[in-house]
Amino acid sequence: MSGLEWLMGWMGYAVAIWVFAAGLYGIVTSRNWMHLAICLAVMQSSTYVLLLSIGYRTGGAAPVFADIPVGARAVDPVVQALTLTDIVVEATVLALVVVLAVQIHKHSGTLDPDKLRELEG
Amino acid sequence: MGRAVTLTHQIPPLPIAFPLLVAAFLAAGRDFWPRRLTESLALGTSILNVILTARLLELSFAQPIVYWMGGWRPRGGVALGISLTIDPVGAGAALLASLLVVAAFVFSFKYFESVGTLFHVLMLVFLAGMCGFSLSGDMFNLFVWFELMGAAAYALCGYKTEDPKPLQGALNFAVTNTVGAFLALTGVALLYGRTGALNMAQIGRAMSSAGHSPDALALTAFAFITCGFLVKAAVAPFHFWLDDAHAVAPTPVCMLFSGVMVELGLYGALRVYWTVFAGLLGSHQAPLRGILMGFALLTAIVGGVMCFAQRNLKRLLAFSTVSHVGIMMMGVALLKASALGAIAIYVLAHGAVKAALFCYSGILLHRFSAVDEMELHGHGRAMPATGALFGFSALLLASLPPFGLFTGEALLGETAKRSGYGWIALVASLAAALTGGAVLRVGARVFLGWGDKRKVEGKKIKEERETSGGQTRTPAVMSGTAAVLVFAALAIGFVPQLKVGARKAAVDMTDTAGYQSRVLDRTPLPPPAPVRTPVEAGEFARGLATVLAAVALAAAALFQRRLPRAARAASRSLSAGIEPLRKLHSGHIGDYIAWLTVGVAAMGGLLTLAFR
Amino acid sequence: MRLILFAVSLAGFAAFFAAGARGLRPVGHYAGPYGDVLNAISVPERHATDVVTAINFDFRGFDTLGEEFILFGSVMGVLLILRQQHDELRKENPEEDPNGPPAASDAMRAFTLALVGPMVIFGLYIVFHGQLTPGGGFQGGLILATAPLMVYLSGKLDEFKAVTSPRLVEIAEATGAGGFALVGLAGLAAGKNFLENILPLGKTGSVFSSGTIFLISVLTGIEVAAGIVLAMQSFLEHALEIMQRGRNG
Repeated sequence: MSGLEWLMGWMGYAVAIWVFAAGLYGIVTSRNWMHLAICLAVMQSSTYVLLLSIGYRTGGAAPVFADIPVGARAVDPVVQALTLTDIVVEATVLALVVVLAVQIHKHSGTLDPDKLRELEG
Repeated sequence: MGRAVTLTHQIPPLPIAFPLLVAAFLAAGRDFWPRRLTESLALGTSILNVILTARLLELSFAQPIVYWMGGWRPRGGVALGISLTIDPVGAGAALLASLLVVAAFVFSFKYFESVGTLFHVLMLVFLAGMCGFSLSGDMFNLFVWFELMGAAAYALCGYKTEDPKPLQGALNFAVTNTVGAFLALTGVALLYGRTGALNMAQIGRAMSSAGHSPDALALTAFAFITCGFLVKAAVAPFHFWLDDAHAVAPTPVCMLFSGVMVELGLYGALRVYWTVFAGLLGSHQAPLRGILMGFALLTAIVGGVMCFAQRNLKRLLAFSTVSHVGIMMMGVALLKASALGAIAIYVLAHGAVKAALFCYSGILLHRFSAVDEMELHGHGRAMPATGALFGFSALLLASLPPFGLFTGEALLGETAKRSGYGWIALVASLAAALTGGAVLRVGARVFLGWGDKRKVEGKKIKEERETSGGQTRTPAVMSGTAAVLVFAALAIGFVPQLKVGARKAAVDMTDTAGYQSRVLDRTPLPPPAPVRTPVEAGEFARGLATVLAAVALAAAALFQRRLPRAARAASRSLSAGIEPLRKLHSGHIGDYIAWLTVGVAAMGGLLTLAFR
Repeated sequence: MRLILFAVSLAGFAAFFAAGARGLRPVGHYAGPYGDVLNAISVPERHATDVVTAINFDFRGFDTLGEEFILFGSVMGVLLILRQQHDELRKENPEEDPNGPPAASDAMRAFTLALVGPMVIFGLYIVFHGQLTPGGGFQGGLILATAPLMVYLSGKLDEFKAVTSPRLVEIAEATGAGGFALVGLAGLAAGKNFLENILPLGKTGSVFSSGTIFLISVLTGIEVAAGIVLAMQSFLEHALEIMQRGRNG
């Protein structure tokens, strides 16, 4: 069973790395700003996976001591709080990006970064 | 007496909480507050911030301040809450931010087209973010204020929505900086995984006690966090977003971006290094210095060259910021207290000069509805005072001794020589000559009408005015703000307390063990003795040479037709050589993020090689 | 060409990341002090059984203050960027626009209107019980924000706008955000540190417990709900009502 244990021990981090890389790839190769916004969100989500994997404790309960006694084996609450903050940050950045993209589409009729090469320096 | 002590003790959260509170108040009555009320409240809050941060600076010189939010003090070396850890550098950064926000508000008084109160609300939120970032002592908290700065900045950048261009600039800015921020967050997560802590002092202590040689996790965390902050600092190859953002953001916002926001990115990287990683990576300073110096030199050169090649004044100033950030990064890369002190002075002077220059570009936009050098040819002949100050600012940028920027650069050169990096002073001179020369060239063309009158080629880029009111006079608030800023930059070279203060501030920041003990234990270690660095005559000569080089470059660019044939051919082939560099700055977000990835991978690869 | 350079860098980046992650403890073996200490002291010292909410609004409340203002600032940004331009007109009757969305069917109307009440109650429940069970201001506020959305889905934009008066919603949002800052400052006024608890802690397990955690949770709920409704309003107005001069609607 040690093979499976090893997998369970490292899968969380591998997923985080993969999702981050996939998000980056999506942003670089994107042909549509809405798609790009979602890829940005995907990249941001990788941090949640990383944080929550770090704070997990096998056999631990949720850190809510309403029904279980204080001192019972529980997972790390700090990463959960950080992830919550993180999600709000992601949502707000996404909102701003989407809103800017909407206005760009209204003015230029396109959402393709390749076609929008107006800023050249 | 007791009450006064309590009041002093409670200052730290105020520069962050007050602007937020006032921003919320202004937003509540968005459509019915009269404009005068909004402006006065916003200006008043930022002035209050200046007073508060100045007091914090004063207090932190005696004894760096540690303030625990929510009253949660550490137990047994484990920090439970979030601390504001205020040393002179942090307080100074917050003070600079507050001062520039005051300048921005004064500049935009009455004439700036504000959408209800939204401009002032967002600026106050931006101010709070910058102060929070400078004063925080907790890694995740740093990320939160970083994002707050970012959110307000993206919104302020996309202010003028009549045009698709601002939207693109804001988008590139938003996406690039967000990728950087989350890269940094990944590094923070790694550190948390290793040490179980988020407080910077606690992490630093845990990291240094873990072992003497840094392992892969430490390197990865360092690379990610540093690169994340270097994106904000617009260090190459993470710098592409800066000129897009500046080209399209309104003038008061540009003042803040170039004057303090970008510098805060460097501050973040520095803070994390000196509190968290210095103990661990300190024994391998030489290779680390080399890697960071590489990035610095690349930034300075790319910034300087691109700056000289620009016609749009705002883009030109943006690239000049990139170049000067490169010079600042050189000081950062030396990893020494004396270099840090030099950079502190440099940042102050640069902030003042750059803000002044953006004021002038705003004045030109107000009067002539243009910021293109060729379009403005000769228009400024009726504004001699403005032109004189503009030209003087250009010389200041080129490190005119004995004024502000020169002081910082000379100290930097001294420290570099002592670390065996004396030759970087020449690169710094080249960069300063390029940027100063570019601004001089623009000044001469616009205010004196010199230079060959070239036909405006390419499509005419219509520039939107951001102000209302007549175009025959420059409002006093605009020219007054600019003049004050120029004189501030002037004065910085002449205030000896500044040099002493900067030295002490630098020493405090680099005192890793002292920082940790002050935060975690109740008994602080005695502060280390400051170092002395006198400025030698050699530096003075170098400063003058830089200014002369700037003048020469400007003249060469202005009077191209009258140059001897060989020089003309040389300049033509130079321009051709720069074309690929210009093409890189394509405005395409995919390119920018690709280069970001290359930069991070390069940092990671170099670190792995250096620490094997 | 840049793609090849990028692909190579991306691979290098991933490898570097993986090498660093190898230095972490395997998933499931959390050992750090911070979380355990907070798990242990949250109930005895703050009477809050939901430790995550206690962290969000008390131990690390300063983070949450910043986060709330990120939301606030972004909503302001959305309002700013989607505002009606001076060369745009407002449609008189968006419902009669042949290019607009179709009217809601009767089934849709019945279903969504029936959901409004339960949504509000559920949202309020989540907000008020944040310190006891999983939930809190952010989660509850989000649920509350979907109630007006249900009204919109059930029919016309007019009804949505009737339910959500923009002025009131903006005031609510500003109050929520400013209120959080005020609670923190109140701690200063009471002679304690910023955001330190100044209200009685109450009995563990009852709704009015945990001192300022409860108050901040409610304020956050108001702010989040109002902020999201504002954003929704902007988006809907922009998509349905605003059109450019020269284009017929």
